Amino acid sequence: MVKFVESELSQLKREVDQMWTLVYNQLEQSQSAVLDLDRTIAQQIMVRERRVDAFELKIDSDVEDFIALFTPVAVDLRFVLAMLKINGDLERIGDYADGIARFVRDTDMETMDPELIGRLQVKEMFEVVLKMLGELQEALRTEDAAKATAVLSMDERLDSINKASASILADYAREHPEAIPFCLGFGGVFRKLERTGDHLTNIAEEIVFYVDAKVLKHKELNG
Amino acid sequence: MEKIEAKEVNFHYGDFHALKNISMEIPRNKVVAFIGPSGCGKSTFLRLFNRMNDLVPGARLSGKILIDGKDIYAPDVQVDELRKDVGMVFQRPNPFPKSIFENVAYGLRVNGIKDKEFIAGKVEEALKGAALWNEVKEKLNASAYALSGGQQQRLCIARAMAVSPSVLLMDEPASALDPISTAKIEELICEMRDKVTIVIVTHNMQQASRVSDKTAFFYMGEMIEYDDTKLIFTNPRKEATQNYITGRFG
Repeated sequence: MVKFVESELSQLKREVDQMWTLVYNQLEQSQSAVLDLDRTIAQQIMVRERRVDAFELKIDSDVEDFIALFTPVAVDLRFVLAMLKINGDLERIGDYADGIARFVRDTDMETMDPELIGRLQVKEMFEVVLKMLGELQEALRTEDAAKATAVLSMDERLDSINKASASILADYAREHPEAIPFCLGFGGVFRKLERTGDHLTNIAEEIVFYVDAKVLKHKELNG
Repeated sequence: MEKIEAKEVNFHYGDFHALKNISMEIPRNKVVAFIGPSGCGKSTFLRLFNRMNDLVPGARLSGKILIDGKDIYAPDVQVDELRKDVGMVFQRPNPFPKSIFENVAYGLRVNGIKDKEFIAGKVEEALKGAALWNEVKEKLNASAYALSGGQQQRLCIARAMAVSPSVLLMDEPASALDPISTAKIEELICEMRDKVTIVIVTHNMQQASRVSDKTAFFYMGEMIEYDDTKLIFTNPRKEATQNYITGRFG
């Protein structure tokens, strides 16, 4: 391939990888912010959210330029389409990290009840999300469709933790009426992490589409 | 029955093995594009469909080429009759040094048609079919050389279509034209597919993807891959095809 086209593709991949690292850090930091109700970290996440947005615009624009200037086909077309969609998914995940940080900033609660945190399995939920995000970043770097596919099943754990959280928080709110606003806000954190899992599933599908030209969307895992 | 069938076609220019065991079927009223690097054999293969390689010194063909099930290299086939049914448009427009009208009427006249009214009707029909009528209807007696390159190429298409062929071969028909003229030729190809089966050789990947239903990729005399155009340009089966269409070749 003409070297400058190859270099444009590498540059695009590098930008997506950088955005990925930024979003990973945002999500990782949001875990610390929630578990410790650390408003300083929350503030830092909210400031950095602007960088995520700027990355999204830059990648959108670069993909548009690439399609207009180089008219990609086959694997190159699948690559730029995948980058465009992954870019959107990463930006939404960045939004969720920002939303979690805003919950930390706004809640009146001073400390987390460790017993509640344990029952909710929020730490595990963060760890699963971060593991999925990290594995998918590696899958894209190494163009490994099998690695991306392996991440899909991890989403089920997020769904089950999210589902269980509603009744645990409702019980807690009944026992601690003063914590009702906190419980309502905290429920939002689970929903955001569950939605993050959905975006990660989309990303896994996009990587498989790019590498293997297979469409996994709207198909059962074992179907 | 497919419109064109090639069966184990091998073709030599002297010692040079230009086409290696090619078999393919071209469906009726479809546009099929041949792509591949220069010297891959795509034009040689195209020219076999109306026997344009017959007089090339040292040329040797084995295998069969059937049009409507009939072997076009059978001893009883008249080449001039074959070429009435299999028209050709070349890379550079090649109008005759005659008027616009006479260029289109030429094929009819050499076929023995003398009825002036019939010829005039056919000329108008062919020029309308080639989307040229409105531009030339006031100057049908002007020299064909007075037309622009794009108009000359459409005139050549009208000339080929005037004798109602069932196959039209096009060897890089737009490579010498500006983008507007190219768009007109491509539009014509899409409109003509209802009447004829079109085989087009092109170096322009986007042109192949825009106008054709099926695409064949040739490399060093072999047909590497032949499939629906949509598949060739989104998910080709062969790595060599992908390398060629994405510009990673060689």
